Amino acid sequence: MYNASDLKKGLKIEIDGAPWIITEFEFCKPGKGTALYRCKMKNMITGAGMEKTYRPTDKIDKPDLEEREMIYGYYDGHHYVFSDPNTYEEFPVSEETLGDSKYFLIEEATCNFVLFNGEPIEITLPTFIEKEITETEPGARGDTATNVMKPAKIDNGFEIQVPLFINQGDVIRIDTRTGTYAERVSKA
Amino acid sequence: MEKTLLLAHRSEFFRAVRSFFYDAGFIEVETPVKIHAPAPEEYIESVRSEGDFLRTSPELAMKVLLSEGCERIFQIGSCFRADEVGRKHLEEFTMLEFYAVSWNYRELAEFTAAMLKSASGNDPLFGDFEFITVDEAFRRYAGVSAFDADREDSFDELMVTKIEPELGREKLTFLTDYPASRASLARLSAANPAVAERWELYRNGLELGNAFGELTDATEQRKRFAAANAFRAAHGMHAYPEPTAFYRALDRGLPESSGCAIGMDRLLMLLCGAEDIRQVRA
Repeated sequence: MYNASDLKKGLKIEIDGAPWIITEFEFCKPGKGTALYRCKMKNMITGAGMEKTYRPTDKIDKPDLEEREMIYGYYDGHHYVFSDPNTYEEFPVSEETLGDSKYFLIEEATCNFVLFNGEPIEITLPTFIEKEITETEPGARGDTATNVMKPAKIDNGFEIQVPLFINQGDVIRIDTRTGTYAERVSKA
Repeated sequence: MEKTLLLAHRSEFFRAVRSFFYDAGFIEVETPVKIHAPAPEEYIESVRSEGDFLRTSPELAMKVLLSEGCERIFQIGSCFRADEVGRKHLEEFTMLEFYAVSWNYRELAEFTAAMLKSASGNDPLFGDFEFITVDEAFRRYAGVSAFDADREDSFDELMVTKIEPELGREKLTFLTDYPASRASLARLSAANPAVAERWELYRNGLELGNAFGELTDATEQRKRFAAANAFRAAHGMHAYPEPTAFYRALDRGLPESSGCAIGMDRLLMLLCGAEDIRQVRA
């Protein structure tokens, strides 16, 4: 348990079985009144925001959170299966948990997991990954402008906006935080 | 603002405050910082000092001076409150405290507004002022009566989340007439005993000071301190020793008077546009 006086920006707490991170914190004390700890917080699973004010006597649950490195292995038809490089313990992760990240998984890639009660709630991929363009309209020769974009697809069907000069078979680098084109790695 | 410049600004402001009080016929006093018995208050924690305490405010000692015949006194000095640390709080801070015999709390408010205007060199922050009662403020900004909020134990939360941010937006605001249960060391209003002759001062949502039409009734004062100590004991906080010198002063007779305490560091935060109280101190 945490005491109210432990509260501060960045602290992770548990409320009604969900993990929250405190994004803003202020100590308050209205004239002659009780000390109050005002918190703005974000649900670490849903991203929902909430404000809550604590009193000095309040006790706050500590969430069971753990950070671990995991290696991506394979897709078993239902889940994306990761494993712990030290124990080889397998962690199947659902599509919903991964979101768009599923398109940027590469075998053997090291990812960072945040586990809540042993379940993955946040998975951070390597910031940049490389993928081959499998489908796009031919680029205009000599057009090196990077500010005009066109749609393209990568091997798993994910659609991404790329500059006009990118052709089918080119390998590009993708920023996995935003799911956007970063640069061309090699030409077809 | 650069630190040296800020400290020069602070010094200039302190000088102007002192001048105003001297010109208004007040004498400057210094009462002990290390004391045997702080005023027992529900939510104010003292810092201990070798069996004694560091003062949380100079209130009781200054009231003893009133009972001994001083009529206009002020003091600027350090006060200490344990466990109060934040953007607007420091364990050690500088308090301006002043008392005037025979003034009522309303006259004291007008004097305070004039002092701030003058000492700040007519800064627009302290150009004009208004009064709003605690109950009006609760009804206007929280949609409930202050008395209901007090009964339902949501007074402090609403004050911090809904009321305070709205106070003093346009001008200096005196929040007056607290519910009697929050009278602290103020006397109850003769016209309406449901409220106390107490105000708090706000500008831009920042609480600057607190004032009372002083309670002079020795029996009532003893009862309130006993209740505060009982509350503290019931909530796992230590009780404070009896403030015997102050009780003797009350028995001797405290003259009709009003008094105010203002956080000098908070004033400097406003005047210098500082976000954190530590920025305005050496």
